[in-house]
Amino acid sequence: MTTHYLVLSALLFAIGGVGVLVRRNAIVVFMCVELMLNACNLAFVTFARQNGNLDGQLIAFFVMIVAAAEVVIGLAIIVTIFRTRRSASVDDASLLKY
Amino acid sequence: MNGTIEAPTIEYALLAPMLVVFGAAIVGVLVEAFAPRYLRSAIHLPLTLLSLAGAFALAVWQALKGVPTKPAAMGAVAVDGPALFIWGTILVLAFVSVLLIKDEEHFVGSAAALPGSAEEEQSLVERAAHTEVYPLLLFAVGGMLLFPAANDLLVAFVALEVMSLPLYLLCGLARRRRLLSQEAAVKYFLLGAFSSAFFLYGTALLYGYAGSVDLAKINLALGSVGGQDTLLYIGAAMLGVGLLFKIGAAPFQAWKPDVYQGSPTPITALMASGTLVAAFGALLRVFWVGLGGLDWDWRPVFYGVAILTMVVGAILAITQTDIKRMLAYSSIAHGGFLLVGVIATGSAAQNTAALSGLLFYLVAYGFTTVGAFAVVTMVRDAGGEAWHLSRWAGLGKRSPLLAGTFAFFLLAFAGIPLTSGFFGKYAVFQAAVSGGALPLVIVGVVASAVAAFFYVRVIVLMFFSDPAADGPSVVLPSRGTAAVVGIAALATVVLGVFPQPLLDLAHSAAQSLFVR
Repeated sequence: MTTHYLVLSALLFAIGGVGVLVRRNAIVVFMCVELMLNACNLAFVTFARQNGNLDGQLIAFFVMIVAAAEVVIGLAIIVTIFRTRRSASVDDASLLKY
Repeated sequence: MNGTIEAPTIEYALLAPMLVVFGAAIVGVLVEAFAPRYLRSAIHLPLTLLSLAGAFALAVWQALKGVPTKPAAMGAVAVDGPALFIWGTILVLAFVSVLLIKDEEHFVGSAAALPGSAEEEQSLVERAAHTEVYPLLLFAVGGMLLFPAANDLLVAFVALEVMSLPLYLLCGLARRRRLLSQEAAVKYFLLGAFSSAFFLYGTALLYGYAGSVDLAKINLALGSVGGQDTLLYIGAAMLGVGLLFKIGAAPFQAWKPDVYQGSPTPITALMASGTLVAAFGALLRVFWVGLGGLDWDWRPVFYGVAILTMVVGAILAITQTDIKRMLAYSSIAHGGFLLVGVIATGSAAQNTAALSGLLFYLVAYGFTTVGAFAVVTMVRDAGGEAWHLSRWAGLGKRSPLLAGTFAFFLLAFAGIPLTSGFFGKYAVFQAAVSGGALPLVIVGVVASAVAAFFYVRVIVLMFFSDPAADGPSVVLPSRGTAAVVGIAALATVVLGVFPQPLLDLAHSAAQSLFVR
């Protein structure tokens, strides 16, 4: 019965991945990355159930902590560039190219 | 579920180099919190340098005492010959980069002040400085040490993040051209987080396949678990995406020129040397140990990636007009040359040859690239470092010593004999030929020739064209920067003329291969 959870996890990961590629606002892009990390967590917990060991559930805690640290760093960086440019669009930041 | 958790045994002595670096980073955070502003830099600099030197001494002591034959910390961290060699390399390169970073004029006084605002003026008047740079750097170095030694995929993921998160912040702290610097930080952060999500999902799928994230157990499961090949192949591919991104291999190379250009140059030097070494160590461990039984499947993929990386790096470098972007594309091409060695697996002797070649190459390239970026910090315009290549015209007539040193670094990148780059390429390509990857080596040699073209173009520009009337000035280097250029030039010469001691060391480090 764990298949449904794995399919849901894959769907969430795909939604996150597509979101990163098509959305323009840096905050939304970042939320999509977080969605991908949560999809990973769901997969870990499901596989823990399937494999009958606790590793996957423990890993999910590690991933949450790493995701929290990532939010701190990410919001700091995005807020800084928003204050400079008055825009959080990833298309506007295009000085570095070629 | 069987739910008992045993208390782990941890070999603290083996992990001591890492613990020293992390400990010093935490002390650095406390210094930020409690020491008065005027004392901070005076405390941070010796603390950082001593901890890196101490960690290096501990790693050497461990190597002399004998290399363990079993992974430490319940199989989570493998302190083996290659890991100790890579630790030594990263610690020396980080030490050299700190000498470059200690010139605080590279970093913004107050990152929160808007560019061009009164607050920014104020921070310049007050000579404010972000001394947080040092603890951040130590955390990043600690992550770099853990990443290549991680013997299970969870530890590898955590190490990847510990290494990357401080670097994202450091990228955005340049004092001049702050818009570029902030843009580099955003791009590096979003793309880096995206790629680590792939790494993590790959880990999840391999955990589902093997029932463990331990590399040795995954390798065991390759032979015994049947009917779950989809999980295995998609998982391995996603792990590969995460690792190849960190290396900057094509088609995941797009971030590298932007980030290398926008970041403060000393941080670029650290990323181009330390991060590359750490990421290659981790790539080798994951694919040789964890997925070693799957090499018939991943080898063709790496074959294609290596060719693409060498070609993209060498050809796009020709079209660059910015010195830092050119060095970034050169770094991509070198990543491709190193990937040639990753494919050259086979018998144990073959693996040792390939691994020792790679280890030598990483040391040689790391020193040369730190030296090259150190030279870039010294050529200045009114608005900061002079990045545009046209500004470098005639530099050889203005300051022959600096231009000569830079030309020497470029020749080492090109792999001219009597430089360290030659023996690095030779060792890797020789291993690849004996491993049966001759076509790849031919592509590599052609790409080297293309790369040599643009290195020589810069040399010609520096020495055979007339300097512009308002050309950039070469600042008198601080003691730190001068030491970095000196050490890098010395290493490039010595490894080019007497490579044998380091080749022997790399060989003995690679002798026992990775522990399982």
